[in-house]
Order: sequence, then structure tokens, then C-alpha cells
Amino acid sequence: MATTHTYDALVIGAGGAGMRAAIELSDQVRTAVISKLYPTRSHTGAAQGGVCAALGNTEEDSPEWHAFDTVKGGDYLVDQPAAQLMTEEAIDAIYQLERWGLPFNRTPEGRIDQRRFGGHTANHGERPVRRACYAADRTGHMILQTLYQQCVKRDVRFFNEFYCLDLLRAVDGAVAGVVAYELATGELHVFRAKSVVFATGGYGRMFSVTSNAHALTGDGPALVWRRGVPLEDMEMFQFHPTGLAKLGVLLSEAARGEGGVVLNADGERFMERYAPTIKDLAPRDMVSRAIYQEIKEGRGGGPNGDWAFLDIRHLDPKVIEEKLPDITEFARVYLKVEPTKEPVPIQPTAHYAMGGIPTNTDGRVVDGADETPIPGLYAAGECACVSVHGANRLGTNSLLDLVVFGRRAGVDAGRHAKDSALPDVPERPTEQTLSSLNAILERTQGDRAADIRTELQASMFDLAFVVRSEESLSKMEEIIGGLQERFARVAITDKGALYNTDLMETVELGYLLDCAHALVVSARARTESRGGHYRDDHPLRDDASWLKHTLAYRNDDGSIRLDFKPVKMGPYVPMERKY
Amino acid sequence: MGTPAEALQESDRRRAGGAAPGAVELTLRIRRFNPEVSQDSWWDEFTVMADPLERLVEVLHQVKWYHDGTLSFRRSCAHGICGSDAMLINGRNALACKVLVDDVGSKVTIEPIRGLAVLKDLIVDMEPFLDGYKAVLPFLINDSGEPDRERLQTAEERARFDDTTKCILCAACTTSCPIFWGDEGYIGPAAIVNAHRFIFDSRDEAGRERLKILSEKTGVFRCRTTFNCTEACPRGIQVTKAIQEVKRSILFDRF
Repeated sequence: MATTHTYDALVIGAGGAGMRAAIELSDQVRTAVISKLYPTRSHTGAAQGGVCAALGNTEEDSPEWHAFDTVKGGDYLVDQPAAQLMTEEAIDAIYQLERWGLPFNRTPEGRIDQRRFGGHTANHGERPVRRACYAADRTGHMILQTLYQQCVKRDVRFFNEFYCLDLLRAVDGAVAGVVAYELATGELHVFRAKSVVFATGGYGRMFSVTSNAHALTGDGPALVWRRGVPLEDMEMFQFHPTGLAKLGVLLSEAARGEGGVVLNADGERFMERYAPTIKDLAPRDMVSRAIYQEIKEGRGGGPNGDWAFLDIRHLDPKVIEEKLPDITEFARVYLKVEPTKEPVPIQPTAHYAMGGIPTNTDGRVVDGADETPIPGLYAAGECACVSVHGANRLGTNSLLDLVVFGRRAGVDAGRHAKDSALPDVPERPTEQTLSSLNAILERTQGDRAADIRTELQASMFDLAFVVRSEESLSKMEEIIGGLQERFARVAITDKGALYNTDLMETVELGYLLDCAHALVVSARARTESRGGHYRDDHPLRDDASWLKHTLAYRNDDGSIRLDFKPVKMGPYVPMERKY
Repeated sequence: MGTPAEALQESDRRRAGGAAPGAVELTLRIRRFNPEVSQDSWWDEFTVMADPLERLVEVLHQVKWYHDGTLSFRRSCAHGICGSDAMLINGRNALACKVLVDDVGSKVTIEPIRGLAVLKDLIVDMEPFLDGYKAVLPFLINDSGEPDRERLQTAEERARFDDTTKCILCAACTTSCPIFWGDEGYIGPAAIVNAHRFIFDSRDEAGRERLKILSEKTGVFRCRTTFNCTEACPRGIQVTKAIQEVKRSILFDRF
């Protein structure tokens, strides 16, 4: 028998969004956080460059300029009221973090220092603006630590190394709780609650070159998808231009914000040709595509001609030491390259999911084109799609997203928990979870999860990365079909109950396959190029047909049904995206 | 000239253990423990082919994925920031994702970090470590009212505690400390680092309270300045220096 716990509210995931929500919730109602990692292991901690807010500490700025940049950066697939809200609330969100002790770098006047970042401009694209608040190049680390500190202060209840494996819904569709697997013992637990906030992060591990942690396997999106919730704009994935060559480890855009440039193998600063006004500070989708173009035209470097280079040699050593210490060390440790003396080999790396679980600006998960809220279900952070990032997220807006919408989701989930009764969980709530785990454990022979994973990652990199086409995506869809068949026969060697990471990695592979399936089918349908989604058979944006969000539903037979919903417009009329 | 995908497939072949140009043979000697199998630990050896620039954590994946799925260890980010994979590697504490094949030669011995109960293979009980962290009040305390905007802090005041803000709670320092191994009461270097981070933050008002906690018998004066912690820190924090600064503050009531 599974142990049953009852809370008012649950948070699934203990990264930035999850802990920000938990801080709000635990002030209001009985709350538990269920996390497969210890909170400070979460990938928010890997974010480097900064978190934007129009504080205007070093030069004139305004939330309205920030909203414009966010909408234009997202190639007009952004829901504009959400972007306006986020950029307005950004200012208080940053001050709140500072009051909780976040050690931001400072101006000579003692205020929070700000620096330039890709796509963030003054007066609607005139020039780069200093908007990113930062703590050296470990801003995400400091946000994660600060939020964890506040959780410790409030004595928030964490269930660490518990994997959420199922969402429980009552007969009327309302959220009733979750099923979780305790890694230490192999036991299943039923958590009953009135509100559940998913904050499980992204799914970059479906690609072989990624900045994402091994843990980022799309658990939240896949779980709710299997329980009837659609996934929005899954085709919109960000490929960050400056991953360490071969490894994908991120080198922050802050390197370019501080004056670094990207070079091709001829040593040319090629972004001058692609974005004449803001050059190397163009949004990430444009820089990644430019690198691919340079490689295609034979100006890539390295043994296979598929690298570009990040050059920070001309920066003041004091700037490197004080503002970019971590990324400098990454280049030294992992490529044995000395960034102060030689350009660092880079290539685009799978970085961020703009799409995910559809929510409104209160973090409530919404279903369908009419956005019907699902009672008690919330999502925030990378696993959610508000949508404030549209087709391409601007650098720093992810950290902002998780503090603004993590807070809002926490506030509303607390309100909902106070206003409603505890729903009944379905009969035999762990039955389905147990039978799928046992099927894997009992199979003595079958396919190896590592083989399936490796093929998924390599083919997604090959066929659904920076450049896509009908041909590549249809091939990828076929490959996923084959991998899913093999996954149904997957077998593992660890049959034990204690710390069975073999079993959990296999479950995570199932989530990755689902997310990749939704991504590829959505990408195949979208016959245009917008933001991070570039089709070389449809190279232009097509507002007449495609100024709308994709919703992917999972049918009972495992196939996918697509629906669409309009983009919420506002003051900004779509125009050609030039920088 | 290969496409990016071909290059990556090549790299994946290497990870899968296929002979690839430049790959070297590496023998891993790993201390195993699984209470479902035996109450005693044992040693296993695995020999794999690996790229010299491959991270040790990915070599462990290769073992787990292609040789023995029961091998258990924690990992997440794989680039030295999440703090999951601190291990005793050739007798020294390090993160398995910050050690390359090239750094260890043809043989490497891997054991769990010391001083915390081993639960399975390289996984140890982190709770006593986190209890030490929580005991130092690891959060900003300031009851003087909140300004409308940010609290002001000069760059110099900010620099005073910069080093100790880098801590990722990986436990490499604490579990390299002979005093921590020998005396379960010692709060350990990581907790002191995190206390230092607030004691020397100009915005914090509870320094005295933390110094009082650290002056107790489980606190800083257990430290015998062996510098193991500083050598072990994967973030390059001057741990021993931070401990000395806390000691001096207690002795001279100055911070």
C-alpha cells in the first residue's frame, strides 16, 4: 500500500519557479514541495548572465521598452498583455530578491548594476540598453540559493528525491493530487491536495548537444499531457548560439553584453552583416541561424568545420575576473582553451523550451482555444507557456519569468486551495503507475534505454535543430514512432528498490519521447519560419496563416491531434524583425 | 568535412565505447555498496574506451548504461554548478563532472565522499550535512524596515563576502575534513562558509547570533586548519580563510 499524504497545495519541482511559488503558498496554506532533486541541484542554478528589469539604474529605461523588446524578440508569437504584465512586475520582483539578500553586483552609487544583453534595447530598437541585473555570471545560482534560503527560513516542507509519476484528477476533472516515487526506498506515495503547481523545468535532453542538465526530461509536460492537458507551442525551442563546442555547456550571452564578439573561421565578426544595428547582441535565434549560415558557406572552424568562435580577448582582464569568472573557467576546464589568449570554439546548443503547459497570467493551466481553466492545476517557469517568450525568448527573461509567474502561480494556487474542498482521488490511484513500473522491472530481456536515448538525441540534433524542413521532420516523426515501439520493450538491469536510478532514467526517457513527439508534430504543421522555429522549405514568417499558438493533444492511441488558439495582441503590430 | 550531426554521432560512438580515433583505455575501480545485496562494500572494475576530454561523470554513465545498470550515483548539470556529483576520486574530493579522463591517466579509483553514511554505491546521506547548513541561519536577517527600492551596498561591501556566495553545497569541503570524519558534532566547513556569507554581508543584522552558534563546541574552533577543504572546493572558495575570518570575529568581536 502506498502512503497517503494530505496537503492543501503541492509544488512539483524545486527550481526557481517552484520555490518562488512555495514561498507564497507556505505563507497561506499547508504546502509540500516534491522534487526529484535536492532543491539547490535544480537547473535554475546554471543560469548565468542576468535577470532583466527596467530599473534604470545606469541609464534611462522603461518597462514599456522591455515589453516591446520581449514581443519583437519573440517574433510576435508573445501574448502581449502577459509580456506587459511581466515587464511591469519585473521591477518589484528584482527589489524583492535584493531584499531577500541576493548579492547583485553594484554601481558606484551602491545600486544594483545593470548590463547589456541580447535583444534588449532603448526606445524600441534604437541601441542596446543596460537592463540585465546580475551577480557576476552566476545570477541563476544566486537566485536559486536565495530562494532556497527563504524556504529554509519559512521551514517549507520538501520531499527531496521524490519523482512525481502521475497527476490525479477527480471525476469532474479537477486536480486531486499526484503519485510520487521515493527514490531512496522505491515506495509509491499518494499526495492529495487542492492545488498542484508544476514547475519541473525544460526538456533539452532530447537533443545531443544541450546546455540542459541530465535531469531536464520534460517530466511535468509529459505527465499532464498523458492526463489530457494540451501542450502549447512545442515547436518553439531555443538554440543558444554560444555553447562550448561538442559539449553544449553554456557560455553566457553576458560575454557579448560585456563586449565579446562571435567570429567565423576567417576571424570575421560576421554578425555585422546579419544585424547591422546591434550586431552580436541580436537575439539568440538570429545569431544561431547566422552561425549555421556561416558553416554552410564554408566559414566554420574546427576539425569538422562546424564551429564558430567566441572572442573575449580584448576585454579588460578585471571585467573577465569580476563579471565572467565561471564561463572563463568552463573553457579552461572542458576545452583546455585560455579565453584571454584565444577564441573559444562554440556551436549552437539546445537551451530553452518556449513552449509547454498552457497557462494564463495567474499560472492556471488552461485548456483549449477558449482557455478554460482546469481547477487546481497550475504551472510556472520553463515547463509552462504563458506565453511571454513566443517563438524566441530574450536572454534573462527566463529568470524573470520564474520569479514573476512563480509568485503569481503561488498566490493563486493558495487562494484556490483556501476556497475549495479537497477532491476525492480516483480509486486505486497508484494502479497505473505501479503497472508501468512493474512492466519495466519484470522484463528480463529487451531494448536498452541508453540506445533509444542516444538515437533520439542524435536524430533530434540532426533533424529538428536550428534548421528544419518537411523532409527532416517527417523522417524524425518516423524515427520517434520506431523508438516508442522499442521503448515499449525496454528492459533494465537494476531490479532493486533502493536508489534505482536505472528505473527512473528509463521513466524519464519516456517523458522525453513524448515531448519530442509533440515538438516534431507541432513543428511539422507550422509551415513558416518564426523565431527559433526555422524551416528552410518555408523560410519566411507567415502572419496571415500562422499568427497563432499551437496546441498538441495526445489521443488515446498515442497519436497527436493539433488545435490552435489566437495570439493575444496588444499595442505592437507585427513588423519585419530587423536589428 | 563532416556535418555537425556526423561529428556528434562520432562523439556518441565514442561514448558508447566503440574504438574511436584518440580514445584511450581507462580502468575504473569503483567502491560499491548495496544493502539489498550485501552489508559489506566491495570493489568492481570496469575498463572502457573514452575520449581524453570526456568528463568522468560521462564515463560513469558509460559504465551504467552499457556495463552495469545498478551502478548508482547522483548527477545533474554535468558542468560543476549543481553540486550533485562530489566523489572521492583517486583519494581526493572532486566533482566527477569537473575531472576529465585526461586528468586521471589510465586508472582511476572512485569512492563515495567520507563522513556521511553510504546509502548505495556513490550515494551518501546528505541530511546531516544539510542540518549543519540550516543551523547557521542561512538567510538574510534584517529587521530595520524595507526600503522602497533596493538596499544600498557599495562594491567594496559586496566584495567582502563575494567568495563565499559561490558555494554550491556539494559537500566536497566538509567531507574532506578529518575533524568532520572523526567527530560527528563538528558543523563542518560548508556550514561555516554559508555563515560567513551572511556575517560579512553589510545588509545583514544577525552576525552576532551566527557567531554565537559557531562559537559553541561544535563550531569553528574544531577546525585544525588542515586546508583539505580549500583544496577540495570545486568552486575555488578560500574555505580555510573564511573559517579563520569567522574565528577572528568571534575572538575579537569584530566583523
